[in-house]
Amino acid sequence: MSFDTAYSGIGRLDLLSYRDTVVHRLDPRAKVVATLLFVAVVVSFPKYEVLSLLPFFLFPILVGALGDVPAGFIAKKVVAVSPFAVFVGIFNPLFDPGVVGIAPGVSVSAGWVSFASILVKFALTISAALLLIATTSFPGICRGLRRLGFPALFVSQLLFLYRYTFVLMEETMRVARARDMRSFGNRGTGLRVFVRIVGTLFLRTVERAERIYGAMLARGFRGEVPSMRREALRPSDAFFVLAAGCFFAVCRFVPVPQMVGRLARRLAG
Amino acid sequence: MHMADALLSPAVGGTFWAGTIGAIGFASKRLKERLDDRTIPLMGVLGAFIFASQMINFTIPGTGSSGHLGGGMILAVLLGPHAAFLVMASVLTVQALFFADGGLLALGCNIWNLGIYPCFVAFPLIYRPLAGDGRSARRILVASVASGIAGLQMGAFSVVLQTLLSGKTELPFGTFALMMQPIHLAIGVVEGLVTSGVINYVRAARPEILDSPASAMPLAAGVSLRNILAGFTVLAVVTGGALTWFASTRPDGLEWSIAKVTGKRELPGHERGAAASLKGLQEKTAILPDYGFKPSPIEPKAKKEESPPWPTVDAGTSASGLVGGVLVLGLALGIGWAIRAFRGYNRTGSP
Repeated sequence: MSFDTAYSGIGRLDLLSYRDTVVHRLDPRAKVVATLLFVAVVVSFPKYEVLSLLPFFLFPILVGALGDVPAGFIAKKVVAVSPFAVFVGIFNPLFDPGVVGIAPGVSVSAGWVSFASILVKFALTISAALLLIATTSFPGICRGLRRLGFPALFVSQLLFLYRYTFVLMEETMRVARARDMRSFGNRGTGLRVFVRIVGTLFLRTVERAERIYGAMLARGFRGEVPSMRREALRPSDAFFVLAAGCFFAVCRFVPVPQMVGRLARRLAG
Repeated sequence: MHMADALLSPAVGGTFWAGTIGAIGFASKRLKERLDDRTIPLMGVLGAFIFASQMINFTIPGTGSSGHLGGGMILAVLLGPHAAFLVMASVLTVQALFFADGGLLALGCNIWNLGIYPCFVAFPLIYRPLAGDGRSARRILVASVASGIAGLQMGAFSVVLQTLLSGKTELPFGTFALMMQPIHLAIGVVEGLVTSGVINYVRAARPEILDSPASAMPLAAGVSLRNILAGFTVLAVVTGGALTWFASTRPDGLEWSIAKVTGKRELPGHERGAAASLKGLQEKTAILPDYGFKPSPIEPKAKKEESPPWPTVDAGTSASGLVGGVLVLGLALGIGWAIRAFRGYNRTGSP
């Protein structure tokens, strides 16, 4: 991933999170809790399960559609981070030689089934995480975490990190670009130059932190970042969590695809 | 080496989340006791700095492939372990959200693997004793490389353990460890070189920055004994990494012990590979869905032992399952498409 694409990816997610839709208006706490619940339920399925996972796609699809998040953008990001899971999962077909029938007359090795299960789980959990940040502003998530009991110091650390990520990344991008223009092929991109770049950036960062600290003291900073936002949960937030929870529970314990399939066959005659 | 949600079981993910939250609480508390307000913006901006530096690629010497910085050790040296751990945790959280590196359940594992080992193990036990008072560039180099290797070896091994404990993959322990440890040995060396380079650069340009955490360092007087101890630690970790080599050529030890525990001696002949042992273990815990799959006669008996989660249905189940799966997925996609189309219509339709 080149610096520029990574940077524009973050910027785009950040921009998306400041839109105003039904999903964006939900309380960050509700979305964080629902997403964590979703991930936990999806991951709790046994390793040979593929079909029963399919109804869960409704959650990211609904959140994405109602939140007006471009589906292609999320799909591309999911594919971009998949190598590790694919790398580890691809060994299942090799090491799991048992044969299972997936349809009348068709059978494959059990490893392929568990590999498919890993891929489906991966797509579900990663898209849910991306949609959380695409529909919730990062400061909103931080406020939610604070209200959920995370230490104040850690939450202000997250807020500072977010605030200065864009500033420092633009600076870093300029330096990296300058280096790339002066280097030919692999020359000049080695460790020696890299170390000096990081060292220089570090010193600039420390000086910047000192200026920031001075500016914050002048504005009455006493060790915590205060917030003046509305903090009460509304009925719609509670309803969202409840509805999501019920949906997950039903899909976890009832074989929905089998029932739908049987119904369809009966209707077809 | 980010762990991924899809490879984790809820128990393993939850356990590491609990451990990580405990560590965050502990580090926050310790830091608050002797923190001046100045450190808070410094930590925040340094987090952004690590985040940005991780995105610069550099060429790894001798290979031509490119790598990037981890940053845990640099932070530990410059900020002290507690602050460094919080910064690493925040960087990994932002990565999990914006890059979807790993995912949300795996975040606990990732903070543990990339934060705890460098900050709370490698730094105090290896870097500090080896670097001494931090005035010799060569000692800093040796300390950085040793602690860089140790931290990454522990992290990589931890990934192997988390994956195997979760039981979603069939990878045998030996093979997986053999793949992970040597790769991370190389990454650890590079990480160590970068760490020492940056520290020495900062030391030359603004030595007073290094003094604040350095004042908390032990005095140089006790170094000789500490050096020896640290040497042993490094040796132990490195040989541990090398031993996985031998372990992997004889994976039967683990297999044999698991087979003994589960009491399955009647494993079919072709399943005697390393996969069989883990599979036996997994099948004890996993519920094999009995619809759709007809276990062939060569499958081990274990699958039958588990009582089915719902009554077994007729022979056409697998077919209706497939049909239903396709229908459900199509329905979900259709709903999404309809909402989008409706929104698009509203936007263009309304003046």
